[in-house]
Amino acid sequence: MTTRVGVVTFPGSLDDRDAARAVKLAGAEPVALWHGDKDLHQVDAVILPGGFSYGDYLRCGAIARFSPVMETIIAGARAGLPVLGICNGFQMLCESHLLPGALTRNDHLHFICRDQRLRVENAGTAWTADYAEGQEITVPLKNGEGGYVADEGTLDELEAEGRVVFRYLERNPNGSRRDIAGICNPAGNVVGLMPHPEHAVEALTGPTTDGLPFFTSVLKKLVSA
Amino acid sequence: MSLDTVKHAAGTPHDAQPWAELGLKEDEYERIRVILGRRPTGAELAMYSVMWSEHCSYKSSKVHLKQFGEKAPASDALLVGIGENAGVVDVGQGYAVTFKVESHNHPSYVEPYQGAATGIGGIVRDILAMGARPVAVMDPLRFGAADHPDTRRVLPGVVAGIGGYGNCLGLPNIGGEVVFDSCYQGNPLVNALCVGVMRHEDIHLAKASGTGNKVILYGARTGGDGIGGVSVLASETFSHPSPPTTPSGDATHHPLPGPAKRPAVQVGDPFQEKLLIECTLEVFAEDLVAGIQDLGGAGLSCATSELASAGSGGMRVDLDTVPLRDASLSPEEILMSESQERMCAVVRPENVDRFLEICAKWDVIATVIGEVTEGDRLEIFWHGEQIVDVPPRTVAHEGPVYRRPLARPAWQDALQADDAAALPRPAGPEELREQVLRLTASPNQAAKTWITDQYDRYVLGNTVLAQPEDGGMIRIDEETNLGVAIATDGNGRYAKLDPYAGAQLALAESYRNVAATGARPLAVTDCLNFGSPEDPAVMWQFAEATRGLADACRTLGTPVTGGNVSLYNQTGESAIHPTPVVGVLGVIDDVSRRTPMAFRTEGQLIYLLGDTAGEFGGSAWSQVIHGHLGGLPPRVDLERERLLAEVLIAASRDGMIDAAHDLSDGGLIQAVTESCLKGGRGARLVVPEGLDAFTFLFSESAGRAVVAVPRGEEVRFTDMCRARSLPATRVGVVDGDAVEVQGQFTLPLAELREAHEHTLPALFA
Repeated sequence: MTTRVGVVTFPGSLDDRDAARAVKLAGAEPVALWHGDKDLHQVDAVILPGGFSYGDYLRCGAIARFSPVMETIIAGARAGLPVLGICNGFQMLCESHLLPGALTRNDHLHFICRDQRLRVENAGTAWTADYAEGQEITVPLKNGEGGYVADEGTLDELEAEGRVVFRYLERNPNGSRRDIAGICNPAGNVVGLMPHPEHAVEALTGPTTDGLPFFTSVLKKLVSA
Repeated sequence: MSLDTVKHAAGTPHDAQPWAELGLKEDEYERIRVILGRRPTGAELAMYSVMWSEHCSYKSSKVHLKQFGEKAPASDALLVGIGENAGVVDVGQGYAVTFKVESHNHPSYVEPYQGAATGIGGIVRDILAMGARPVAVMDPLRFGAADHPDTRRVLPGVVAGIGGYGNCLGLPNIGGEVVFDSCYQGNPLVNALCVGVMRHEDIHLAKASGTGNKVILYGARTGGDGIGGVSVLASETFSHPSPPTTPSGDATHHPLPGPAKRPAVQVGDPFQEKLLIECTLEVFAEDLVAGIQDLGGAGLSCATSELASAGSGGMRVDLDTVPLRDASLSPEEILMSESQERMCAVVRPENVDRFLEICAKWDVIATVIGEVTEGDRLEIFWHGEQIVDVPPRTVAHEGPVYRRPLARPAWQDALQADDAAALPRPAGPEELREQVLRLTASPNQAAKTWITDQYDRYVLGNTVLAQPEDGGMIRIDEETNLGVAIATDGNGRYAKLDPYAGAQLALAESYRNVAATGARPLAVTDCLNFGSPEDPAVMWQFAEATRGLADACRTLGTPVTGGNVSLYNQTGESAIHPTPVVGVLGVIDDVSRRTPMAFRTEGQLIYLLGDTAGEFGGSAWSQVIHGHLGGLPPRVDLERERLLAEVLIAASRDGMIDAAHDLSDGGLIQAVTESCLKGGRGARLVVPEGLDAFTFLFSESAGRAVVAVPRGEEVRFTDMCRARSLPATRVGVVDGDAVEVQGQFTLPLAELREAHEHTLPALFA
């Protein structure tokens, strides 16, 4: 049986097609989920894609967090459902309190789109098992509000528990505390990051194919589960 | 105040009307009275004033633009030509591509962020209205001097506006231009191009036919923004005495960045536009639309009159049904408002419910505001009373046409006689090296990364090439790898020296850029940015440029499919350089064969294709080193351009070259520097026999490109060039970590990179 990975479309989602393409390239079946529909249609994992859900009005991800579909996703995530939040999806995971901290306006105050070097700090999550710990990868980054912030205690806790999953290398692109690009929940099934692995799955259109292991990782985990 | 109904207008023929304040000429006002057989109502006057504005009616340019149709080369590829929202080109495999470039110049000067943002919004809706999914945008931008304080106000706002709107729409920004020249001080050019893809059977046209069909306005509510944006008025001038009036153009004759003009600038909401796109594509997919038009310049006046004019019947609209942001708007204001993110569809009655249902799914407000009627009148009602009763063609398509006087400027001869060849040249290798560095660091030649990194180039996942490549390239079919490439180019300095040649050089460069990526050029869109048409010298420039472009399009076999004219880019007596910006669309059967610009592999051979002559008129060298503009632009040889393109396309298809970069402003050294920096490899260059180092490095002769040839392909490649009689000269090899010109100088890549990449951040970050 093929593994089904849901990709949610909110009003203003932009990278939903790209996430679905990446799922397909990894060998799983992408399933389109709609923000207004609580039903997850028996998916085995969920991706919250990038974009500007609800126009990013109020705060990025703040309105999406109250969508009917999020109610089911939040409950599922607490029960172990693998959930990946990319960019706007990461912002939603923080707004939903599935992940600690928040994303703020880039410190240089500009939107930035560039190929970003990252180090995989934790290869034990549902979405990073196909990487090696310490592996350096390059994937696109594109955001206006990607500065990760949390209080010192939370940051220390994340570090101590190995929940910093990705760190920016070379140049911190947005003022994120401790160069943090992505984190996970204690169980490792919920991962959020600002860079866009779904834009690095084909040599033709991406700077690398370094993003593909995200999508194969979750596939293997689900098949072996 | 009583309502100015049709009945009231008929009974009060002598009431004074503010036609002059609305930007109409006395004879134009008289003509409206003749057409209607009475004085127009206030609402009718509002409609005619915006629709007969220069921006909407093309009244000064029409007689010249005709040539694009008359001289159009026969092309099997053209599915929809000039006159619709955008042209449509057949790219094979059942796909059609639509693309168009437009100006948003004056609004972007008055209010840079919103002006540029809504420029993107407007062109995207034009593409959407053709039935296509928008897939990419590009922005040709021109600003005043890079170090002028006002450029620091305008540029960051424009760039943030383009990014803020385009990024939020989810459209990759894949290219464009950024040019600085003090002639654009006070008149920046903010052009925007959008490209969309559809299946042949999905093409939609702007017409209202079928008596009883419903007219549905959907998208944002109508507000008080952008009233009279296309003509000269800010909202308050409709009922109050107006500031000194000027004929209408892109916006105003003497643009004032002050608050007085701000209400004429629209305010954008990209989130609303994103919903509008998805919602519109869904109603197209279910075949619910009989005709469609976006609301852009002139708002509802334009959409209703154009739909009715192009259709077979008339139209009746109840203006009270239009959803408003501000309940106090008058009917005239509702008709003139340029509130963004609105579309108007004509829908058969049995499809109305489903149409409204899809709009509701996307949280898009949709309202039936009228219907198609028998007869040939456009009738608009307010509180049950008739306030408009006009033949729609007289509003939309039969506006005034002027054959304005034109005269070759008195200074043209002196300008051309001031030959750049006479300028002092570098005395030796040391000075040559220093000038190479100065050129590559000059704002026009410097890296534009600080700007383009504020645009999302990855979204949708089909971007194969993006800036700073010669052309942007988008995959349109993931199974077959069919794709399109687009480039935009223009050189106001060349056009100032010779507008006929300058327009042809703009086309030639854009055509060459598309071919350099490996795509076959198919069709053209143009944005013609000029000064005031009331100045005979400007009108001569315009006439020469359009003639040059139409002639060149015929020779190259690439028809103009649509575009835009922006006049009145002028402050007082000083007009901008004539600036025709030309976009070329090309098709490539397999995007995996595309040719990037970067030199990536050590040992590959660098070939210069084409002939190099001592041509420096209008060159970057003459501008940067001497602050000079004079002489003649590079010679145009369109047959050579075509030959070069054929070679570049064949070499790409057959895998003979690994990199290609077109030669244009800055000459060979600029192109080689860019290819080296992009690939992180150096180059050793040898000055070919018969050329001096200075001419070799800085000449801007047209019809040239540099390519990187793998050693194993050299024989095959040079044989092909010889067989086709294209001069191909081996000028160096990809090697090391410096650009070395043998016997002259060596420039380490790190030093070049610092010079090339430091300039814009230093000015604007």
